[in-house]
Amino acid sequence: MLLALCATTIVIVALMWEVCMPRIEEELDKRRARRAHVAGVGFDPGRERRAEQRARQLLKSCVNEEEWAMYRDLGFIRVWGRNADGPERGGTDRTLGGAPYAYLVYPHKPIVSFLPQTRQLLSEYCVEFPDETRPYGSARLPDSDDVLAKWMALTGDERRLIATANMHLPGRQVDPKQARRDLWRLSEWERARLAKDRRSASGAQA
Amino acid sequence: MKFLRMKPGHGEVLLTEGDPAVRADEERLVAAFCEQLDAGMWAAVPERAPSGRRQAKMVKQFSEIPTDAERVIFFPRAAGGC
Repeated sequence: MLLALCATTIVIVALMWEVCMPRIEEELDKRRARRAHVAGVGFDPGRERRAEQRARQLLKSCVNEEEWAMYRDLGFIRVWGRNADGPERGGTDRTLGGAPYAYLVYPHKPIVSFLPQTRQLLSEYCVEFPDETRPYGSARLPDSDDVLAKWMALTGDERRLIATANMHLPGRQVDPKQARRDLWRLSEWERARLAKDRRSASGAQA
Repeated sequence: MKFLRMKPGHGEVLLTEGDPAVRADEERLVAAFCEQLDAGMWAAVPERAPSGRRQAKMVKQFSEIPTDAERVIFFPRAAGGC
């Protein structure tokens, strides 16, 4: 009886070994791969945070005071379109007779063009500034550097940037609801800022 | 005049600085400028428009840099994404 029990136990252990061993080996391989992956990327949150702080200071020193406050408070910058012709004057109902246009510049997201009067979204321009030297394993600039690069390229040579970008209809990457909500936040922010300026001006007069 | 370069994981890096009116400095600045553009960078000079608004001027040659510019910022050239 004991002998039969021992033999059965040995058979069960052998079968379990056969079944479980490949799975155990697979898990060990995955674990080794995960460790190797972490060591290879070299992502350092502290370094990235310091880089972002430096980038914010550079952005602040370059853009207008209003644009900096906009980025600080809302997380994006509005840049006015500078192409002299712009939408054709009186062309269609949608362009509202030569309405000026502008862009919303987000970090690491497409640039969204829109008509300020109607808040109508026009298009998305997907553009990146990849640094292929990858000094720390990544080609991605800090968020504020990405915004500054877009701002400089838009204010310095709008046509070249727009010609380089991939143009899509609104909604491909940036949710149109989110973009419209950002435009509404921007108008509320400007209203509050204007009211604050008036209050401080009247306070100074008194 | 300072030459700054945006760098992933670091923020801006000071490449070199000098007075373009001094011959030796100018040569060093020109060499650094050409090196960055050859490496595929775009160069921009932050400036103030006559209206007072701030803007950037994209420069493709050293001679296009305004003489009173304090900084030239180099950043990776744009590429279509998404």
